[in-house]
Amino acid sequence: MRGGALALQGLRRSFGGIVATNDVTLDFTAGSLSAIIGPNGAGKTTLFHLITGMIAPSAGRVLLDGQDITGLDRQAIVRRGIGRAFQVANLFPSFTVAESLAAAILTHEGRTANLFRAFPPRDVALRAEEVMELCGLRHLAGTVARQLSHGDQKLLDIALALALDPKVLLLDEPTAGMGPDERWRMIERVHGLWQARRMTLIFIEHDMDIVFRIAETVRVLRYGAVLAQGTPEAIRRDPAVIEAYLGTEQPLEMVS
Amino acid sequence: MRRLSGWRGDVLAALGALLVAAVLVLGLGSNGLVDFIIRFGIFGLLVLSLNLLIGTAGLVSFGHAAFFGSGAYAFGLLMQSGGWSVPAAILAALLWSALLALAIGALCVRLSEIYFAFLTLAFQMLIHSMVISWVSLTGGDQGLMGGVPKPPFLGIELARPTHLALFAAACLAVSAVLLRQVIRSPFGVALRMLRDNPQRAAFLGLSVFRYRLGAFVIAGTFAGLSGVLMSLYVSGAFPTFLYWTTSGEALFMIMLGGIGTFLGPLLGAATFLFISDRITAFTEHHGLFFGAVLLLLVLGLRKGMLDWAVEAWRSRRERHKA
Repeated sequence: MRGGALALQGLRRSFGGIVATNDVTLDFTAGSLSAIIGPNGAGKTTLFHLITGMIAPSAGRVLLDGQDITGLDRQAIVRRGIGRAFQVANLFPSFTVAESLAAAILTHEGRTANLFRAFPPRDVALRAEEVMELCGLRHLAGTVARQLSHGDQKLLDIALALALDPKVLLLDEPTAGMGPDERWRMIERVHGLWQARRMTLIFIEHDMDIVFRIAETVRVLRYGAVLAQGTPEAIRRDPAVIEAYLGTEQPLEMVS
Repeated sequence: MRRLSGWRGDVLAALGALLVAAVLVLGLGSNGLVDFIIRFGIFGLLVLSLNLLIGTAGLVSFGHAAFFGSGAYAFGLLMQSGGWSVPAAILAALLWSALLALAIGALCVRLSEIYFAFLTLAFQMLIHSMVISWVSLTGGDQGLMGGVPKPPFLGIELARPTHLALFAAACLAVSAVLLRQVIRSPFGVALRMLRDNPQRAAFLGLSVFRYRLGAFVIAGTFAGLSGVLMSLYVSGAFPTFLYWTTSGEALFMIMLGGIGTFLGPLLGAATFLFISDRITAFTEHHGLFFGAVLLLLVLGLRKGMLDWAVEAWRSRRERHKA
């Protein structure tokens, strides 16, 4: 069994007087595909920070396959199998795509303390190639990260997380800053990755069409707290969600 | 051909360069040339070691001469004490430089960018003042006087300039191959990751502190070897070796040649030495001249010579393809 069941229990975090995450309890079953939605400032990214150990929670617990990982440092959490891609692509600008992936794998496995081998070792290069194949980056293997298009940079960012073969993959707005066509291509790619690897995938997204098309379950945050959760159909009809979105942004039907 | 792209190719290139140096030294054997090759060996080694920090690890050190000087003083003092063979004293001087780099690095590499640069500078100045004031050991601002004995070993007589030139060239060639391997190794890739994006590298599980410290110690050790050669060359050791101007000259050579290519700093060192030999003939104002060169470089090329040439060649090739 691969695992990847993620449970958040009463997670809470405040910055000064502002409560960014307020008693969030959520369950993500192993291998599920969930979306997190919510208006700006609802605490979506903060939630990812708390799960990945980039911010320590004020209260509550994070459990991965039943084991408490709250308060571990972020490297330890990555090693436990929680990978993350960033809202703004966070890359190694002078590395080619192939080098970036091989370097990520090598680092993850603690094999960088070696002065005598050539980089990349063959087994690592092969696995980097597999990830490129999976992400559709094969044709860009020799391109330097800083010269990639915006969309391909986002894709490489996801590939970097994927290269570590995570049990849980967190994607912070994988389609941010993309045009409509590019968005659909990206989200189909993400969906394909999930189908191929069957990790627990959690993504933050603003585009409701995308959310309702691919997510199995949708969790709605508002003011740092869980407003609603359920299947896309249930969420679409949930009066509290409709009201929340009417109150702050546009009605769901009008968002395209 | 692919086989030659790895360390085997480097070894061949280094052997080739060494052969050329040997032919020049033994064949032509003019004093000026022999002298030039010795100094190129010394400063080439210094800039290659510094560029491991700057070009590969992204750490701009202003205090690299601390290890140059410490290698020179350690070697000179050991040889003057008697009872040490040259190879043993070299190894001891390298060990001393490595330990010094470990101690200073452990305090410096926790900081980044300008703070790192200034802390390395501060440590260098601290060591400089210690050397100046500890007159009974170091000779103070007079330096190590009385010459450094160079007993022959394995048929190598370093007191003879031709032997020293070949020895310096060999040290540079071997060190260049080793440093190139360091850069190419998984360790070197980790350094480049830290240079490009320390935050993401740490997130992938890399220890920023340990890898930067490793780079600092390796660079300090090779700088120590360069200092040993300097001590053999001038048959002494002087406080200027440890002064910030020596670090500054090394930085200048790297900027002149380019930080982005492995051989760039070597080209910079050769150019610097060549120009400074030539201009001594007609002016005392070294600084004024080099200042003008630096301005031209920064405003004109905006990068070192070899970096500029490589980029120009690449973009030309791209245009030909298109």
